Amino acid sequence: MEAALIVPLLAAAVQSGTPILFATLGEMFTERAGVLNLGVEGMMVVGALAAFLTAQATGSPWLGLLAAGCAAALVGGLHGVVCLHFLGNQTVSGLALTIFGVGLANYLGTPFIGQRAPGFEPFDVPVLSAIPLLGDILFRHDALVYLSFLLPPLFWLFWHRTRPGLALTAAGEYPRAASAAGLNPVALRWAGILAGGFLVGLGGAYLSLAYTHLWTNGMTAGRGWIAVALVIFAFWRPGRAMFGAYLFGGVMAFQLRLQASGTDVPSSFLLMLPYALTVLALVLSALRGRGASSSAAPAALGVNIEPEG
Amino acid sequence: MRQSQTVLRIRGVTKRFGPLVANDDVSLELRRGEMLALLGENGAGKTTLMHILFGHYRADEGEVEVMGRPLPPGSPRAALDAGVGMVHQHFTLAANMTVLENVTVGTRPLFSARLRQGAARRRLADLSARFGLHVDPDARVRDLSVGQRQRVEILKALYRDTRILILDEPTAVLTPQEGEQLFATLRLLVNRGLAVILITHKLREVMAASDRCVVLRHGRVVLRTATHETDADTLARAMVGGEVPRVGRRPGEPGAEVLALDGAVLCDDGGRTLLDGLNLTLRAGEILGIAGVSGNGQAALADMVSGLLRPQAGELRVHGRAVAAPSPAGMLALGVGRVPEDRIGTGLVGDLSVMENLVLEIYRQRPWSRWGLLDFSAMRRGARELIARFDVRCQGPGAPARQLSGGNMQKLILARVLSGNPSVILANQPTWGLDVGAATFVHKALMEASRAGAGVLLISEDLDEIFQVADRIQVMHRGRLSAPVRPDEADAAAIGLAMSGHGDARSEAARAS
Repeated sequence: MEAALIVPLLAAAVQSGTPILFATLGEMFTERAGVLNLGVEGMMVVGALAAFLTAQATGSPWLGLLAAGCAAALVGGLHGVVCLHFLGNQTVSGLALTIFGVGLANYLGTPFIGQRAPGFEPFDVPVLSAIPLLGDILFRHDALVYLSFLLPPLFWLFWHRTRPGLALTAAGEYPRAASAAGLNPVALRWAGILAGGFLVGLGGAYLSLAYTHLWTNGMTAGRGWIAVALVIFAFWRPGRAMFGAYLFGGVMAFQLRLQASGTDVPSSFLLMLPYALTVLALVLSALRGRGASSSAAPAALGVNIEPEG
Repeated sequence: MRQSQTVLRIRGVTKRFGPLVANDDVSLELRRGEMLALLGENGAGKTTLMHILFGHYRADEGEVEVMGRPLPPGSPRAALDAGVGMVHQHFTLAANMTVLENVTVGTRPLFSARLRQGAARRRLADLSARFGLHVDPDARVRDLSVGQRQRVEILKALYRDTRILILDEPTAVLTPQEGEQLFATLRLLVNRGLAVILITHKLREVMAASDRCVVLRHGRVVLRTATHETDADTLARAMVGGEVPRVGRRPGEPGAEVLALDGAVLCDDGGRTLLDGLNLTLRAGEILGIAGVSGNGQAALADMVSGLLRPQAGELRVHGRAVAAPSPAGMLALGVGRVPEDRIGTGLVGDLSVMENLVLEIYRQRPWSRWGLLDFSAMRRGARELIARFDVRCQGPGAPARQLSGGNMQKLILARVLSGNPSVILANQPTWGLDVGAATFVHKALMEASRAGAGVLLISEDLDEIFQVADRIQVMHRGRLSAPVRPDEADAAAIGLAMSGHGDARSEAARAS
C-alpha cells in the first residue's frame, strides 16, 4: 500500500530532478573552472526554446537536444566575452544574462505557445526495469534521464582523472599556477563556460522535449536559480548534486501531487516549497561549511584573470 | 669542458614602458653548472628581464638564446619547453590541489586524456630522493609551510627537465635555517650541471653562494664580476650608485610603559589559535623589533594594537590603562599611530588625493573641517608642508595616492602618522618591497620618532632590518613571543632557531648536518 504511493512519487522525483541535474552539473563545470555564471536561468530557457523549435522543424528530438546545448553555450559565450576579455563583474554579467535569456525566449517563443513538438518518450530498460521497486523508480523513463545517470560519474572522472580536468582545476583554483605551467587560463575558462553552458542547455531541452512536449513561456520557472544554489549545496561535487537535484525534484513533484489531490493548503504555499527548501539548504550548508579549513569552493571562483606582469 | 658550455645568452635586450626604459641594452651569459646572482634595487629591471626570459613580456630589442637556439619571444610555453624554470617570489601553486597535481599540471599535451599518475608519482619520488627535497606528494599545498611550498616549486621545475632555474628573492619568506637548506639544495643542483639565476638584494647570500654577479641599476648592467673578486661593499655601492647611507644607532633610554599586552589570546573563526597568551611591553623611546616568519600571529598582533580586534582573554593596556573595548578610532585617540602592512589595501585610499589621505584620520578636527564641511585650502596648505618635510614625490596635494610609487606611498603614510605626534607607533613590515633609499628614509623616521619619545613596535620579517634599528628583539612563533634580547647580545643563529620554534630548528639542523 505504501509502496504504491511512494514509488510513483520517487519516480516523479527523478523525472523532475533531471533538468535540475543537467543545469547544476553545467554550472558546476563552469564554476570549477573559476567562472561564476548566474545566467543559468536565462541559458536554460533559451536552450528549451532552441530544442523545441529545432525538434518541431526537423522532427528529431536529438537534433533539438544538440541545438539546445549549442544555443545555451552561445548565450553563455556572452558572459565569456564580458568576463574573460573585458574583465567585467561576473555577478552583474550573469544577472544580465538571465534577464536577457528569459526576455529573448519569451519574445521568440510567444508565437509557439501551446504548440507541440516531437520529444523523448519513456521506455523500459530491459532487465533493469524488472527489478522490484528500483526498476519502477529509475528505469521506466526517457533516454535523457538515462543519459543523466551517466553524467555524475563521468563528471567526476573528467575532473579527477584526466589532464584537461586537472588543467581546468588549476584555472579555477589559481590561474597564475596554470599560466606558470605554460597553459592559457583564459582559454581554459572559455572551455569551462562553453562546456558548462552546453550542459545547462540540455537541462532546458529536457523541459520542452521530455517533461512536456510543448512550449509555454517561462517554462524553467526558477529551476536555473535552484541549480545555482545546488552547486553550493553540493559543495561542487557531482554526486551530491545528483542527490540534491532529486531532492528538489521530489519536492516539486510532491507539491504537484498535493495540489492535484485537492488539499486545503493554498497552492501558493505549495508552489513556494521548493524555493523555501533552497534557502534552507543554503543556510544548512553554510553552517556546515563554516570553520572547516577546507573550503569546497574553487579558490579563484568569480575572480577575473588580470593580464600578467 | 662541459662545465663551460653556455646555456643562456641574453643579447642587447631593451624593454620600454612608455617613457620608462626598464631594460637598457642588457646582455648576460649563463653557463652550465654555475650560479649567477642578479642584483639590483627595486625598479632596477631585474624582474622585467626575467619576465622577458620567461615569455611574459616581449623585448623591444635584443634576443634570447637558450642552448644555442633562439627563444621565440612572448611564450611561457616555449620557455618551459626550452628548459627554463622559474620559482616566483609569490608561489604559483594552487592551495587546494595536491603536490602531485601542482607538479604535473600542464606537463603533458592537454589532450592526452589519462593522467598516468603512477609514472608521475614515481618520477616525483625519484627527484625528491635525489635532491633531498622531501615533501608528501598527496599533501594539499595549503597544509604545507612556506619552506615546503618552495620545495614543491623547485620540484615542479625539475620535473620539467629544467636546465636553467630562476629564483626570485627565494629567501624572502624563509627562516635562516630554511634558507641554508635551500642553498645546500641549490649547490647540489648546480653541481649536477643545472644553471641557476638568483635574483636577490641580500648581499650576504650572494657572497656565500654565487659564482658570478651581475648588478643592474636603472635598467643597465653596471657591474659584472666573479663573486670571489668582489665584496659586499662594492656590490652595494654598485646597486645604489654611490655610498650606502647608514642609519646611526643610539643608546636606548627606555621610559615608561606606553603599550602592553598581558596574556592576550585570540582564535580565528575556525578555532585556530593566533595569539596564545602573548605578553609584550613597549616603553617610551624604544624600538621593539618583532622578528619571525609571517603567519605566526603578526597580523593578529598588529590588528589588536590597531584596535581592529579585541583579545578574547588577557588585557591590552595603553599608557598603563586597560582598554576595555578597543576600536580603531579609540586607539588613535590614545595616540597609537599605525603604519600598516598593506599600504594600498589598508594604508591608503588609492582613489583619494594625497591631501585627503593625509587627513584621513583627523578630518573631523579643526582646521581641516568646520561645521561638517572640509576646508580644502587648509588641507592643501597642510599637505604642501608635509610633502616637503617627508620628501613625498608626487604631482601635488591633489594627485591620487595610487599614482605614487611604493616608497612614496610609505612616506605619505609616515607623514600622516608622524604629523600626529603619536606616543605609540605600530610599524608592520614598513620597508617591505622598498629599495635601499626609501628603506633608509623609513628607518631614520622611525628612529627620530623614538628619540622624540614615542615607543615603536616594529614587526618585520627582515632580520637585517631588525638588527639595524631595534633596541630590543623578540621573536614571534605560533602566537607567542620569545624573551627580549638586545641586538648586541643576540646572534642571528639563535634568533633563527627561535623563528622556527626550538624543537623544529634542532631537527632541521640535525638533518642538514
